[in-house]
Amino acid sequence: MPPVLVELLQFLFSGLASGAIYALVALGFALIYNASHIINFAQGEFVMLGGMVTWVLLSQGIDLPLAILGAVAVTMVAGLALEKLAIERARDANVVTLIIITVGAGIFLRGLTSVTLGKDLHALPAFSGNAPIDIAGATLMPQSLWILGVTAAIVVALHVFFHYTVVGKAILAASHNPLAARLVGINVNVVLLLSFGLSALLGAVAGILIAPITATHFEVGIMLGLKGFAAAILGGLGSGPGAIVGGLLLGVIESLGAGYISSDYKDAIAFVVILGVLFLMPRGLFGKRGTERV
Amino acid sequence: MLDIEGLTSHYGRIQALDGVDLTVGEGELVALVGANGAGKTTLLRCVSGVQPVTGGRVLFEGKDITRASPHTRVALGIAQVPEGRQMFGPLSVEDNLRLGAVRRKGPKVADDLERMYERFPILKEKRRQPAGTLSGGQQQMLAICRALMSHPRLLLLDEPSMGLAPLLVREIFDTVARLKEQRTTLLLVEQNAHAALGIADRGYVLETGRMVLTDTGPRLLSNDRVKEAYLGL
Ligand SMILES: Nc1ncnc2c1ncn2[C@@H]1O[C@H](COP(=O)(O)OP(=O)(O)O)[C@@H](O)[C@H]1O
Ligand SMILES: [Mg+2]
Repeated sequence: MPPVLVELLQFLFSGLASGAIYALVALGFALIYNASHIINFAQGEFVMLGGMVTWVLLSQGIDLPLAILGAVAVTMVAGLALEKLAIERARDANVVTLIIITVGAGIFLRGLTSVTLGKDLHALPAFSGNAPIDIAGATLMPQSLWILGVTAAIVVALHVFFHYTVVGKAILAASHNPLAARLVGINVNVVLLLSFGLSALLGAVAGILIAPITATHFEVGIMLGLKGFAAAILGGLGSGPGAIVGGLLLGVIESLGAGYISSDYKDAIAFVVILGVLFLMPRGLFGKRGTERV
Repeated sequence: MLDIEGLTSHYGRIQALDGVDLTVGEGELVALVGANGAGKTTLLRCVSGVQPVTGGRVLFEGKDITRASPHTRVALGIAQVPEGRQMFGPLSVEDNLRLGAVRRKGPKVADDLERMYERFPILKEKRRQPAGTLSGGQQQMLAICRALMSHPRLLLLDEPSMGLAPLLVREIFDTVARLKEQRTTLLLVEQNAHAALGIADRGYVLETGRMVLTDTGPRLLSNDRVKEAYLGL
């Protein structure tokens, strides 16, 4: 292959890997937004907790698979606690108040982590080593394959959950019509709790998958949360397919921008995307349009 | 079966219900009529638990349910066909029906689905389509079937004939009459006072949040005040 194409392929590989991470974070935003119209600004902290707790468990001599499970569990407990202790108690407040609560919760989680686990940067080991795989001259790290594979598995699992299980459909129903959901007997508090738990799970998985590549730190959630948010906006807030496409697209745009223009601009691209989408197509690529007949 | 005592409810500072009393006996069909904005929907929402009660009590089979959550009430046997049908629009017709049975467990749900499809074959034909694509009349049938999927002991119907063509209005009232024959207890809210009082055992008239009249269906139909205000005679 000509070097130009090899270079392009290389950028695409790295863009898709980080894009998959953004997609997971964006899916977390979408779940909570659909259940409550809350934009959960603590979503990034779930990502951070995933990586940081895995690191601390590993440092205690626990095996990687167990450390990962432990980190996912701890993060889910944090997500459930946020809903139970803060959001549910303020449920009658308006959405802006609830969003501010999530901002506060994010600051709290960050502070708590820096106090208990410190402010150092920690690298996690890659799941299956660092021997690069050669594909048509471009190299793919095994960790990137893990990211793409796990993300794909999660997307399939979510699809099955929302289309083939009663609980999944009840969550969809509650997000489309909360009044009707309550009238048929769906417990909307449980729906909200489930969506925070599920969002925390997605965030933790994203944080664990990316930690071997970018290392983890008590503040990684800020940037990853914002990128996930940009991806969610790009795809259309509240849309599942939108979150996935938005995440992958943002990852690729970022990687091409960093590769062909300058890596100085890498992080700025997410903000340009947020502003561009909000100005030019506020509903994003897959945003909701009214289909209901009245 | 249902006893409402001195019920008061507010939207912020606006009072929508002011000390309302109403009872529905087992197997009865009770009609609640009143002008637009009288508070009929608010009353049904209070019974289902989706509207805060600021005073009074709601008793179901002697049990105080004033503070019970909506899903508890569905499990106890109270179902509502809400105003405006309130479909889960993007979900399929069949999913809408299945969600009507979320508070029930067991394989019987499939049998119930079949029974609904038998009664309304059009729903079977369209069972894989998003509920939002159905016509108004079909959505109303679906809303009724969805509520029936919970096996309610008390069914609340909020203006089921609203916005429908005369032929469909007939079908709705036929369905209500059939439910009564099957001994389902019914509280029917209607602006179509003539048709509602015509099939009801008893009726109530609500005016700006206060209950002003109650009597048997036939006697309310011949009441001068009702004739003038609600029957346009
Ligand atoms: N969501 C709401 N917010 C504020 N006021 C409301 C709301 N819904 C109803 N109301 C008021 O409460 C009163 C009763 O309304 P409603 O119960 O819908 O009457 P009906 O069903 O008899 O037409 C009306 O004055 C209406 O304006
Ligand atoms: Mg009404």
